[in-house]
Amino acid sequence: MMGALRRRPMLVLGVLLVLSVSTMSLLAPWLAPDDPTEQLLDRRLEGPSGEHPLGLDELGRDVLSRLMFGGRISMFVGLIVVTMAGLVGTMVGALAGFLGGRTDALLMRISDVFMAFPGILLAIALVAVLGPALRHVVLALVVIGWVGYARLVRGQVLQIREQEFVVAARSMGVPGRTILLRHILPNVLPTLTVQASLGMAGAILAEAGLSFLGLGIQPPTPSWGAMIDAGRSHLLDAPHLAIAPGIAILVTVMGLNFLGDALVDALNPRLHDREIRRF
Amino acid sequence: MIAYIARRLLQLLPIVLIVATLVFSLIHFIPGDPVELMLGDGARAADISALRTELGLDRPLGVQYAAFLRGLLRGDLGKSLHYQRPVTTLLLEHYPATLELALASLLVAFLIAVPLGIAAALNKDRAIDHFSRFFALLGVSLPNFWLGPVLILLFAIYWRWLPVSGRDGWLSLVLPALTLGTALSGLLTRMIRSSLAEQLHQPYVLTAQAKGLSKRQAALRHALKNALIPVVTIVGLQFGALLTGAIITETIFSWPGLGRLVIQAIRLRDYPLVQGGVLLISMTYILVNLLTDLFYATLDPRIRLQKS
Repeated sequence: MMGALRRRPMLVLGVLLVLSVSTMSLLAPWLAPDDPTEQLLDRRLEGPSGEHPLGLDELGRDVLSRLMFGGRISMFVGLIVVTMAGLVGTMVGALAGFLGGRTDALLMRISDVFMAFPGILLAIALVAVLGPALRHVVLALVVIGWVGYARLVRGQVLQIREQEFVVAARSMGVPGRTILLRHILPNVLPTLTVQASLGMAGAILAEAGLSFLGLGIQPPTPSWGAMIDAGRSHLLDAPHLAIAPGIAILVTVMGLNFLGDALVDALNPRLHDREIRRF
Repeated sequence: MIAYIARRLLQLLPIVLIVATLVFSLIHFIPGDPVELMLGDGARAADISALRTELGLDRPLGVQYAAFLRGLLRGDLGKSLHYQRPVTTLLLEHYPATLELALASLLVAFLIAVPLGIAAALNKDRAIDHFSRFFALLGVSLPNFWLGPVLILLFAIYWRWLPVSGRDGWLSLVLPALTLGTALSGLLTRMIRSSLAEQLHQPYVLTAQAKGLSKRQAALRHALKNALIPVVTIVGLQFGALLTGAIITETIFSWPGLGRLVIQAIRLRDYPLVQGGVLLISMTYILVNLLTDLFYATLDPRIRLQKS
């Protein structure tokens, strides 16, 4: 553990941060000190205490419990958006890169259109017309998220399909589908992992941003973004209401970014080349 | 160069048309009857019918689409339901504030990223380099809807150095620009660091050093110019993030820009205004991307000489 920490401190820190937040969220029903929706109206805006370590919110609900349950929403949205956007993007990118020609041209023009929109704006517009709800947030984030995966996978597939082992498989008569599934896609997986880690950070931030604007998860379900928005009105008398969920988002997103970054370092041989050349 | 500009403009036309079409169709994605939704419960049938006619929603889809495009060409985006004024006029009134905020954030990002990125590249693997990497990750991980309230709490409420909100003089621009510019400064620090570090290994820098320049002089006089070229592209691409980030930042600081107008329009279900705002922000993004490409092509002739 200490050796790994010394060799790759960012990776270890990233894993630790992500694991802590995931465990805290996953075990919220058992670990949370209170019911996140229970209101103690006579003790509204109470500061941190032994009984309520992060205090009570504007409706007298336990902030720590809401934070833990809010984490479930964030992690769920992050995971499902990354999985769905990753699947759609990988399918589109793999087909475009492997088939080439008109299919590639058509799929890439479609992705150009999605790239022409500033991502979050499209998500805001979609949720605005569909109405604020968890499934609409997920849909909107998948709609803006798949393009990144498609471009990445296409680029990787274009590179890998020219490599000798693929040419060898083709010359032996292995069918195209098998080449794509057995030989090319497994080699795209490491890069996809990096993208997924960074993409999950982005999805969590975007969900919290939408909830902050009132377009995401609706009350009384706890969500980190909505908690910050509610806490804004009490910056003067109860600053902990806005600060605590912000730190939770920061820790989660930073953990995922650390992880993604450390994976880039581990998987990018060009950096090693440079190190070797220096000596 | 003129041929390149013409080609890029031609390539842009279909994208602009599709973006406009998507914005037009937004209102048709609304589940249920958009007019009833806009007027709320208890609206009279006569009012619903009048608004439907006013918005042109009683006409066939093709006719609505043609009218939308014709209006777009004339700069007519319809009338805001809430303000009862032309959407174009409202957008143009709020546009300068958003541009001002985006440009100020860009300045903040550069003021932080350029010195930090250079210092990190020149001192690789030393404390300042580790700090720059940490700062870069912190910058991209900080939610601006949290950073804004925290800055307000510290600088406007506790220390009373800066105004809490509004747009009144340059002092009121400081906190919103910091809030919006921090994420970009993280990204730029990282870009400048890696780009400059790569340039420092190039033969021309080694030649400059062999001729007697110090590493710092060689970096600042020769390598930095080349290192900033890829940074320009990132800035162009990130301008869209600044414009959309402005939606949240403007909401926090009551900054009277496009973003706040769009969010208010969403809350008021003023869909013509939402459509107009989304269209204007998207078009600005497309235009900035085009300008970035053109700027890049001016710097690097290989790009404009490519066939496709």
